[in-house]
Amino acid sequence: MLDEHQASRAKEAAFHERQEKYIASRLAQQPEWEPVYRSYTGAPTFFDQIGTSLITVMSGFLLASMIAIPLGIFIGLSSTAHAAMNPLIQLFKPVSPLAWLPLVTMVVSAVYVTDDPLVAKSFLTSMFTVSLCCLWPTLMNTAVGVTSVSQDLTNVSRVLRLNAMSHVRKIVLPSALPMMFTGLRLSLGIAWMVLIAAEMLAQNPGLGKFVWDEFQNGRSQSLGRIMVAVIVIGLIGFLLDRLMLMLQRALVWDKSSVQR
Amino acid sequence: MKALLELSNVGMKFDTPKGQFEALKDVNLKIESGEFVSLIGHSGCGKSTVLNIVAGLLQATDGGVILDKQEVTEPGPERAVVFQNHSLLPWLSAFENVELAVKQVFKKTKSKAEIRDWVAHNLELVHMAHAMHKKPDEISGGMKQRVGIARALAMQPQVLLMDEPFGALDALTRAHLQDSLMEIHAQLGTTVIMITHDVDEAVLLSDRIVMMTNGPSATIGEILDVKLPRPRDRLALADDPTFVRCRQQVLQFLYEKQRKVEPMPKRNSANTEGVRKRA
Ligand SMILES: Nc1ncnc2c1ncn2[C@@H]1O[C@H](COP(=O)(O)OP(=O)(O)O)[C@@H](O)[C@H]1O
Ligand SMILES: [Mg+2]
Repeated sequence: MLDEHQASRAKEAAFHERQEKYIASRLAQQPEWEPVYRSYTGAPTFFDQIGTSLITVMSGFLLASMIAIPLGIFIGLSSTAHAAMNPLIQLFKPVSPLAWLPLVTMVVSAVYVTDDPLVAKSFLTSMFTVSLCCLWPTLMNTAVGVTSVSQDLTNVSRVLRLNAMSHVRKIVLPSALPMMFTGLRLSLGIAWMVLIAAEMLAQNPGLGKFVWDEFQNGRSQSLGRIMVAVIVIGLIGFLLDRLMLMLQRALVWDKSSVQR
Repeated sequence: MKALLELSNVGMKFDTPKGQFEALKDVNLKIESGEFVSLIGHSGCGKSTVLNIVAGLLQATDGGVILDKQEVTEPGPERAVVFQNHSLLPWLSAFENVELAVKQVFKKTKSKAEIRDWVAHNLELVHMAHAMHKKPDEISGGMKQRVGIARALAMQPQVLLMDEPFGALDALTRAHLQDSLMEIHAQLGTTVIMITHDVDEAVLLSDRIVMMTNGPSATIGEILDVKLPRPRDRLALADDPTFVRCRQQVLQFLYEKQRKVEPMPKRNSANTEGVRKRA
């Protein structure tokens, strides 16, 4: 597979070289001509797919965290917000990624219409599906972490007359950080699993598509290649988790909350 | 002398699933500036509730508290609290814990350097200068409590409120901290209200001991003046007749007049007796 990747890269380089040459020669003949650069259209290799998947999972996860953490803090602080949001959370949390996917695809297709797309539609659908599915653990854990800030510390904050902002920054956030990280780790795990499934189902570029293509392909090496892909998927999931663990170790004050 | 702090007809009713629970009734107390007052009573009688009302953490359902001609309606740094279980922020060092309070209280009046010096000064006052950059997890229970006291003192409170500050400590550490507290009180003349369930501690430290009756509807049973000269020395006091008599009186109140009866009858006779005696 490594050979394939290198072969493909060589082809791509050759393609760009040819294109450069062509443009240069044509410009020499007719200088007024606007050069049109075309990108290489060869099939993505296994390693390209890994890259795509990693970028997608990280973007989806970051987006989810950016929504889930502030929302979780808000829900944790206000019992009214909790009462209002809880039914929604309970309803959406168990929704399978396979159910989100068509919905997200339709919305993205309808809303994201540009002639010059900055990012591919497939990337957006995968990313939003991942975000929607991995939002919940972070949201719930942050909310619980915030709710369980010790009464004593809240009293300290009241005696000091900390305003709402400093209260959140100095007392609530650090208190809830261990719980938040537990949620984030769960979320990242879910994000990775959901992404592979989404890529398979939607035929969006990524490792999931690679596996599905190989399955449909039915070559004699397919089984081996799928096995390799499965192991790589597992390995990446494991490495992502380790990464979060390292981050948690570095950031969280309560070392005992960092379990293996 | 005009009282610095005045509790008038303070009553507290909690709403519980089983209906209203009257924890406190008609608590009247005047405390003068610089006084050291202990609150003593059996567990669950409502000592913490009184203190939290003075702190402003709880709102009395009847009556009110006046500090320096102003009614207490919310918590504030002029009524600093030392909590039983230190309540230091575990992610901050001792220094940062005190600094957080100092910054909040003096951010407009003190410069950065002054803040730093003031934090260090208060930690020295409680003999914690050597460990001021350690996290709460890295110091002993007694040291944590010292930092808690330093944090409260650093706010320059009008009244220092302490809820069983030494309750969780072993006897030896407690003795050390009591000595430190006496030293600080002598030095700064802070007004202190301290909850305790240790009779010796109450007599040793206080100018007055406020004894509370058992709940429900707890109130002040007796108030004992401790007329011992300061500075006080725990060893010399051990067989001082005044000390022994005071101790005796508190013990009598707690174990004869207010003997804890379990399970508690709805309105025990001892309780109403206490109220009448006071009235
Ligand atoms: N928030 C509350 N809700 C209901 N009852 C309470 C509440 N806080 C305290 N109490 C009751 O008030 C009484 C006095 O409590 P507390 O002041 O903590 O006692 P102490 O500090 O003397 O041990 C107890 O019987 C307790 O159960
Ligand atoms: Mg108490």
